[in-house]
Amino acid sequence: MAQLSNTITFTDEQAMLLDIATNFFREKSSIATVRRQIASESGFDRELWGEIAELGWLGIAVPERFGGSELSLADVTAIAEPMGRHLAGTPLISTQLFIQALLAGGSEQQQRELLPKICSGAIGTVALFESDGDWNLEHIGSQAVIAADAARLSGAKTLVCDAAVADFVLVSVALDGAPALAIVKAADLPRERRTRETVIDETRRAWRLELDGVSVAVSSLMTGDKARAALKAIRDAALLFAAAEAAGGIAGALETTVEYLNTRSAFGRKIGSYQSLKHTCAEILVGLERTRSHVYHAASLLAAGEDAEVALRMAKVEAGDSFVFAGDRAVQFHGGFGFTYDCDAQLYLRRALWLQYAFGDATHHRRRLAELLLPAG
Amino acid sequence: MSELDEFRRTVEAWFRDNRPPEPDFLLPESFMEVGSDAQFEFLRNWQRKIYDAGYLGMAWPREYGGGGKPQIYQDIVNAEMARQKVPFVPNTIGLNWAGPLILAMGTEEAKKRYIKGILNADDIWCQGFSEPDQGSDLANSQLAAKRDGNDYVLNGSKIWTSLGSYAKYMILLARTNPQQPRYDGLSFFLVPMQTPGIEPRPIKKLTGEYGFTQTFFTDARIPAECLMGKEGEGWKIAMLTLTFERGVTGGQAGGISRVAPGLNDVVELARRSRRDGAPALQDPAIRDQIVRFMIEDQGDRLCAKRGEIAALCSERPNAIGLSVKLRVSEHRRRLMQFALSLQGANAVRFVGDSSAIDGGKWQRGYFNAFSSTIGGGTSQIQANIVGERVLGLPKD
Repeated sequence: MAQLSNTITFTDEQAMLLDIATNFFREKSSIATVRRQIASESGFDRELWGEIAELGWLGIAVPERFGGSELSLADVTAIAEPMGRHLAGTPLISTQLFIQALLAGGSEQQQRELLPKICSGAIGTVALFESDGDWNLEHIGSQAVIAADAARLSGAKTLVCDAAVADFVLVSVALDGAPALAIVKAADLPRERRTRETVIDETRRAWRLELDGVSVAVSSLMTGDKARAALKAIRDAALLFAAAEAAGGIAGALETTVEYLNTRSAFGRKIGSYQSLKHTCAEILVGLERTRSHVYHAASLLAAGEDAEVALRMAKVEAGDSFVFAGDRAVQFHGGFGFTYDCDAQLYLRRALWLQYAFGDATHHRRRLAELLLPAG
Repeated sequence: MSELDEFRRTVEAWFRDNRPPEPDFLLPESFMEVGSDAQFEFLRNWQRKIYDAGYLGMAWPREYGGGGKPQIYQDIVNAEMARQKVPFVPNTIGLNWAGPLILAMGTEEAKKRYIKGILNADDIWCQGFSEPDQGSDLANSQLAAKRDGNDYVLNGSKIWTSLGSYAKYMILLARTNPQQPRYDGLSFFLVPMQTPGIEPRPIKKLTGEYGFTQTFFTDARIPAECLMGKEGEGWKIAMLTLTFERGVTGGQAGGISRVAPGLNDVVELARRSRRDGAPALQDPAIRDQIVRFMIEDQGDRLCAKRGEIAALCSERPNAIGLSVKLRVSEHRRRLMQFALSLQGANAVRFVGDSSAIDGGKWQRGYFNAFSSTIGGGTSQIQANIVGERVLGLPKD
């Protein structure tokens, strides 16, 4: 069995950021605000996005020469966690995935053109999944064919977050049988080729994109090793952010539940005094503590440029299972009220399910972890 | 090469060359499970040998039998013992509780009398905190210590006394004043076990072994100088003793007090076990289960690490500390249960059966795992504590 690292580094900058982000989302993303955004088309508030850009959070992991502050993914974690806790809807994660892909696989020219725009508020996203639901990012059905200076795309992508508001979409396609990525500008994605999808987490916006008829310049492609590196960077960042958001989400679900258990009485006593409920809350807390520890460990490895695959997958497993458990019990423990749309517990459960099935569920990652950790079975 | 590196290499070689040969009986996992004379003698001899080589009490003062060296030397030895999984040293209460306490607040005479015997295992120590009717509620100790002239007269009973039959001394929490509030009426004693009226009776455990005693005190008369600190300070001293155990204040004389099979051993067991003609480690369901254990185990190790970073624990600073026993003990119980399941039909064999896998240590280990899910507060009590003290839920 492999010896696992137990490094957790947490800088003063991260501590400050965590503090600021915690206050920011508590203030700007109340449950009332979250519910109001559910009814809106974009799912987020442009003004809030402007503030996020102004705080410098978009370019936090971007080198200074492209207008960023040259920190790392670990610093974005400190923002993603409180964001998850307050169920804030923004295209921040989509944009960060786009950035990571560009940093890992983009050409100098692509980086120079796009990163400064992103740092000052442009939105990016990634289009990776297809209708078969396969989480393997290198199993790609959509195609690119090169003719002269252009690559003609075909096929369709699903569950593309924030596609309607994105200024740039990074689309995975097969080019000569190998994974490639195409940077598509919003202007080249006609409105009629976008269909909004109805997803379980109503604070998220996902779209289906028909690629037939869409072309990009060859200079907008990432191919070969660069494309593979970009896909790996997307996966790494996606797992980290999903786990970080889930850590925040568990804390939020737990807080909501504990508050209710402390208020509601049944059979002459506060229901939180019943051990069956109290013990389960203790179990949720254990999941929360383990999740946060896994998340900050994985973030530390990534920031140090070390191999983080095991840590990231472990974080995603613990986060996914723990958050679904927390959300599921939150609904149950609210009793009859928990069955209603008015109860906030369902918001957490829906978010938990979204995150569990984003970029591989717990079973998927445990299978891969078994390959990594239990060789020569 | 630095002096410490050189020391590390010497230590590594010493334990490799001096490790005692595997006995023809099953060794206990910890001092709490020492149940036979053969096990006890084997482990006591082993502790003596380590002390004679200079590897125990390295940071304790020379004048009392210690090595007078910086703590780092002892840390290196402890780490190496754990790494090589050599047998543990049995005088755990003496090395980790009584010894540090005597060094911290004992008289000069007490230090001269007790410390060396703790280190060379001449004097085994046991602990009398728990009582039969009080569960984990130590502050409610009822065993009476009544002052009579120059003596205290002890009456009552203590339970779960590990090494009770082999110990020469006991650290004892007793009630000197029943009139005072529960924390104030307690006192702390160093009690010679040979005193007439003190009788340890072995308790048979669910494993079938004898690893504990219940100790009965019937008009047992001990000299007043056995009192540690002042009368009425017993609770404070007991709590101080517990900080030594947790290593919070340092001072332990070293050694390891437990050699239990862990996750790596379970993986190795899965490699040896068979399913459908192949190693069980190839079975996807079993692999999935092992990975679940690995993620939990790693999560707990990382929690310990994160606990050191205040900014990452600010919301509920007591969460990691108050949940650790619940997490770790329940993890172990389930892991041992899983180890049984790996053995297929052989899972039902027990210690004593010549075909039992690894002498039946997994079966015994599973039963012994309950000592942590029950001892020192059951998991259910722990879950109440977490619910109430960490989450702020109402009391039962």
